[in-house]
Amino acid sequence: MIHLTINGNSRQFDVATLTVAELVQTLGLTGKRLAIERNGDIVPRGLFADTALNDGDKLEIVGAVGGG
Amino acid sequence: MDTLNIAGKAYQSRLLVGTGKYKDFTETRAAIDASGAEIITVAIRRTNIGQHAGEPSLLEYLPPEEFTYLPNTAGCYSADDAVRTLRLARELLDGHRLVKLEVLGDPTTLYPNVVETLKAAETLVKEGFDVMVYTSDDPIIAKQLEEIGCCAVMPLASLIGSGMGILNPWNLQIIIENAKVPVLVDAGVGTASDAAIAMELGCQGILMNTAIAGAHNPVLMASAMKKAVEAGREAYLAGRMPKKLYSATPSSPTTGMIG
Repeated sequence: MIHLTINGNSRQFDVATLTVAELVQTLGLTGKRLAIERNGDIVPRGLFADTALNDGDKLEIVGAVGGG
Repeated sequence: MDTLNIAGKAYQSRLLVGTGKYKDFTETRAAIDASGAEIITVAIRRTNIGQHAGEPSLLEYLPPEEFTYLPNTAGCYSADDAVRTLRLARELLDGHRLVKLEVLGDPTTLYPNVVETLKAAETLVKEGFDVMVYTSDDPIIAKQLEEIGCCAVMPLASLIGSGMGILNPWNLQIIIENAKVPVLVDAGVGTASDAAIAMELGCQGILMNTAIAGAHNPVLMASAMKKAVEAGREAYLAGRMPKKLYSATPSSPTTGMIG
């Protein structure tokens, strides 16, 4: 079981290992333009598949929205 | 050709617009098309996880290939938050460097916190960002932001979303006269005449959102703003006649009168 905090919400994933790419897929965000920060550091898109998440990681997943 | 030059790129349009507060994305797109803007601001926010994963995104209506995106730091109250937001924006937009920095000081007035703005600007310039910076109309701060290396300085005309127009044209004029980088009015413009006045003062451009999105007919107002910015720019370049209390020289000949 992996516990993550995603955009301020606590989430649990019933898996032994989870990469950022797998998380994106699990959340139904594949193909969306987004940026991810893990424990305060940006995870480059090219490293999603190689970045394993750890229990307790805090993630921010952001996109562009209307603004002035 | 009279172009707006920012961070090494020339733009035909001197009107920059925000993409917030519209009824829907169709209206956003129509208004932006009517404005003729090439640079559009976007905010960086948490992605909807779960229930709204399939909803349309702004980027589908305003493809980044068609516009120059200007990600902003709206809602940030510290230099750290602003820098963090723009690092995410750079990753989101594939290494994009042009950004709008704004650090607010107060949630009621949305007045900028210039101390935090200066701090954030230093960090961002060091990290290679091209920083267009929102600030107060303090000429000293505007100059300091330029000296830090910001590629454009964007003083407020009046408070964000207030539509109060150009409240201190004299300060704006001092900022413009002292600046070696483009000065754009950001915030406060309420209607077309405000935009024309700002441009007549010698501003290089105007950034606005609420003046268009908050109009009864946003698409028509976007068209009005486009014309006002163009008209104000031409009037500035033309050089206005001096103001005088009265003129002893009528426009019609004083000779050849009948009788």
